[in-house]
Amino acid sequence: METIKLTINGVEVKVNRGTTVLEAAQAANIYIPTLCADPDLEPYGSCRLCVVEIEKIRGLPTACTTPATNGMVVHTETPAVNEVRRTSVDLLIANHPMDCLTCRQNQQCELQQVTAHLGITERRFPRTDQAFPVDTSNPFFDLDRNYCILCAKCVRTCDEITGINAIDLAFRGYSARVATFGDKPLIESTCKSCGECMVRCPVAALTPKETRRPIHEVKTTCPYCGVGCQMYLGIKDGQVITVRGDRDNEVNGGHLCVKGRFGIAEFVHHPERLTNPQIRKNGKLAETTWDRALDEAAARLGQYAPNEVAVIASAKCTNEENYVLQKLGRAVLGTQNIDHCARL
Amino acid sequence: MTFAEIQSRAKAEWAALEHGDKPRILIGSATCGRAAGAKAVLEATNAALAQHNLEANITEVGCIGPCYAEPLMDIIKPGRPRICYSQVTPEIVPWLIEDYIINDNPHSDLALGTIGDGSLDGIPRLFDLPMLKPQVRIALRNCGTIDPEEINQYIARDGYRGLVRALSMTPEEVIEEIKKSGLRGRGGAGFPTGMKWEFCRKSPGTVKYIICNADEGDPGAFMDRSLLEGDPHAVLEGMLISAYAIGATEGYIYIRAEYPLAIDRLKIALRQMTEYELLGDNILGSGLNFHLKIKEGAGAFVCGEETALMASIEGKRGMPRSRPPFPAQSGLWGKPTNINNVETWANVSAIMLRGTAWYASYGSDKNKGTKTFALAGKINRTGLIEVPLGISLKEIVYDIGDGIPDGKRFKAVQTGGPSGGCLPASQLERPVDYESLTEAGSIMGSGGMVVIDEDTCIVDVARYFLAFTQSESCGKCVPCRLGTKQMLNILENICQGKGKVEDIDLLLKVSQQIKAGSLCALGGTAPNPVLTTIRYFQDEYEAHIKEKRCPALVCPELISYYILADKCQGCGICLRACPTEAITGGKRMVHVIDQSKCNKCSTCLNVCPDRFGAVVKVSGEEIKVPKKPVPITVSKPDTYTQR
Amino acid sequence: MTETELKERLTEVLTHYTGQKNELIPVLQAAQEQFGYLPAEVMQEIARFLRISESTVYGVSTFYAQFKFQPTGKKKVRLCRGTACHVRGVSRILDEVEKQLGIKPGETTSDLEYSLETIACFGSCALAPVMVVGNNVYGRMTPKKVAPILDGTEQ
Repeated sequence: METIKLTINGVEVKVNRGTTVLEAAQAANIYIPTLCADPDLEPYGSCRLCVVEIEKIRGLPTACTTPATNGMVVHTETPAVNEVRRTSVDLLIANHPMDCLTCRQNQQCELQQVTAHLGITERRFPRTDQAFPVDTSNPFFDLDRNYCILCAKCVRTCDEITGINAIDLAFRGYSARVATFGDKPLIESTCKSCGECMVRCPVAALTPKETRRPIHEVKTTCPYCGVGCQMYLGIKDGQVITVRGDRDNEVNGGHLCVKGRFGIAEFVHHPERLTNPQIRKNGKLAETTWDRALDEAAARLGQYAPNEVAVIASAKCTNEENYVLQKLGRAVLGTQNIDHCARL
Repeated sequence: MTFAEIQSRAKAEWAALEHGDKPRILIGSATCGRAAGAKAVLEATNAALAQHNLEANITEVGCIGPCYAEPLMDIIKPGRPRICYSQVTPEIVPWLIEDYIINDNPHSDLALGTIGDGSLDGIPRLFDLPMLKPQVRIALRNCGTIDPEEINQYIARDGYRGLVRALSMTPEEVIEEIKKSGLRGRGGAGFPTGMKWEFCRKSPGTVKYIICNADEGDPGAFMDRSLLEGDPHAVLEGMLISAYAIGATEGYIYIRAEYPLAIDRLKIALRQMTEYELLGDNILGSGLNFHLKIKEGAGAFVCGEETALMASIEGKRGMPRSRPPFPAQSGLWGKPTNINNVETWANVSAIMLRGTAWYASYGSDKNKGTKTFALAGKINRTGLIEVPLGISLKEIVYDIGDGIPDGKRFKAVQTGGPSGGCLPASQLERPVDYESLTEAGSIMGSGGMVVIDEDTCIVDVARYFLAFTQSESCGKCVPCRLGTKQMLNILENICQGKGKVEDIDLLLKVSQQIKAGSLCALGGTAPNPVLTTIRYFQDEYEAHIKEKRCPALVCPELISYYILADKCQGCGICLRACPTEAITGGKRMVHVIDQSKCNKCSTCLNVCPDRFGAVVKVSGEEIKVPKKPVPITVSKPDTYTQR
Repeated sequence: MTETELKERLTEVLTHYTGQKNELIPVLQAAQEQFGYLPAEVMQEIARFLRISESTVYGVSTFYAQFKFQPTGKKKVRLCRGTACHVRGVSRILDEVEKQLGIKPGETTSDLEYSLETIACFGSCALAPVMVVGNNVYGRMTPKKVAPILDGTEQ
């Protein structure tokens, strides 16, 4: 790919053609505040925080939407740029609850970060407030539009990443808001509860119902299906309380579905979860060891003619495991009665 | 049929119409004419003709411009000059038919002027009238003269000859011609049209689009509507020329749904073009393929912005996106796209017909040609005008528009709609061109020009525009969505007497940041009405803030009505008319307004007989009046006793 | 209107379209022409027809001022809020219309006879203030002209 050179704040940066000014700056470790930019989403240009000055370009273009070109000279911290950024944040926080200490996103809030970056310590504008009711209908996360800054990351995620389009922007101007069809509660919409929107929400408009924060994280593979999504389980007091996708993993690139994101903790800590094999004797199940269970199964399978045996594979197994299982069915047991639970 | 054959047939038809033995009657039936009663005039004309067993060719034409004098009706008797009659009512029609058509009395008292060759004693020539004399009609060349639903009449007046000429040139030559003419986009920003075409022509790609922006959204603007209603082919011919020059095979006309008559006339025009093979494949045998569709807007001002307009055509929310990429690189459905405004294209067809030298002979150095304006508001002669660029605001307001009605004082002229500004008397000498209006803090815009007099509150005007832009903001970017809301809140507070001294500085500061930070031109220009009104009328803001006084007596919270004890005759008219029962009184008693109940509706002031003049409206002062109704002590004025 | 009747009428409207996504706005306009407003079932059916999500249909329809989501009156009374109409006192005309009909802009009379709306600009500024009833445009309005126009007795 063709490489181009540009100068950002006096630093020469080499990037591939097609890179945006924002990406070029990030590659050079130059911080440009953003609220609506996301590496997984198309540039949008709504928050106006990434405005920069570019020599020979009129006005203040947004770094996230402007392609870097060869020889471009960019300044990311000028008085004009900072004034516009400051005004945008001033306007946002005037339209925002600012109850940071008790907010679910406290210290994880991107609006909080840019406010601190710009050194804003007071509200310049009077509070504007629309008093939206909170949508708590989804079992896993809440939608509180009072915190929403309309970066549309959720809407764009639901369109560009999941293709579900359960939500879109509705109405316009000051009345614009994230909405399902007919402003119905999320649970009545086509939302699949994957939570991809929630993950990207920079503020507390989309937050998980689980508000505890983990002490440490454990990397693992999602046990729910054969895709093999990589994830980090957040642990506190020996309990799984959060799950986040591993962005660096090639399989899922950080994405998770509703099961992986919201279905792990419940089954891991469920009192009825089986943790050992069991053998039914006289109508009652009794715990046993893996060796004994496998011996028992092998012995009993040997008592049947091949056609009398069926093998049902599980979606929780990997592709490799499922392959081995069908091999066992066909080559060892000699049966063609093989099926998979995902097809049932 | 070849174009030459079409043209000669159209010319013959037109000659037969012009030199026929039947009288011709032209009725100005654009939307404004209809609003003034043109349809009733048409019915009355038909009835009067039937009554006298007369035959005449009646044509419903577009707007010739002097809307203040509407309904307009022109009568052309064979061998006589064309006479334009103004303020024609259904009652007047039978007289005109009887007196002029039958008895040859041209009724000079009702005539506005004659048009074209010949003259009549006692009737001035229309284009010698002060309103029309300074005007040059290029875009509006056929408006009011031809039947907009008859392509032959357009062709008879050399229509589509510009296209024929363009097709004989290379596309590059056509672009060069447009560049040389100096034509700049008439939608408001004034970008050189030829350059815009060139970018699109040079963009790689086989599929290209052109779009006619007929989403005339500025409140106070109606140039494009009038043009499309009066001469749609002038615009469509320009689009064909542009399609050829750029290499576009498909086009759209994006027109607001609020213009049903213009849409109907466009549909008729497209049908007739198809019949004449001026649309479709292999146009006039030239190999040019071009297909054109009409897309109706759905009520969103922001869709006048190019990228929002394209999103709307694609069936999406009309939200602008950042540039680059520019539409010329990646526009509609990601293809190179050229968007021009209605008036720009009407100029293109004229330029290709008559040449660049002719066109560039009008206007000033960097501002060639003419511009149409919709003159409205507190001005005597409202209407649609077309003037050479570089004319002064003063000439427009006072010569063409005849100044302010009712002897009131001129306060400002608002140009450029919600993106423009209010220019005061001190700026009246300013030439009307793109750079000069921008320098004054306003913009040329699409051509709305609303005159404001001393009875209009300038802070209320700023508030009005902010309310407009705020409700029309798409909501995508932060400065526009939330900044216009904050500005509107501040302006509302000032109008309600709740303004603070520091509000003016805050408005100025926020305005600058919204201008610098907004994604599109809607937000980028939304503060202009506020900035210009503060720049030129800061004292009026300060009166609202410091003295809680509205000098124009407009802002309801800052005005009070009083009944003067020495003028009230106790007639009780105001008491009966008051909707909030705020007035108390009695027979031969001085009436009193309870200020706590008064809703400032002004009804008492309007109904109080002029000969009493007992009700006054004041701001920032208190008038000494009795607290309760008291017996009348003053003598009755003469007028009262005489009656 | 029964559900079947509604479906039949919508199906008729949809026969004029090919089902491409970019037809959304024209289809919504045609449906509103047919029903006077956009009932929820109609929007859902349109989403299926164009193979787009319901929320997209909702997002687009709520963006444009033209679309209504409640039944509107037989006669649409629209007042122009353009600049020329504003400075020439359209608010007094609006007050009078509100008084005559007993409704505010955006509302419909309970007998479904009249709806009242304000419109950004009709472009008949030279005849300001302007009122539109149905498709009839009335220029140079005064409060006194309101009642006769509304009850159809105007000269």
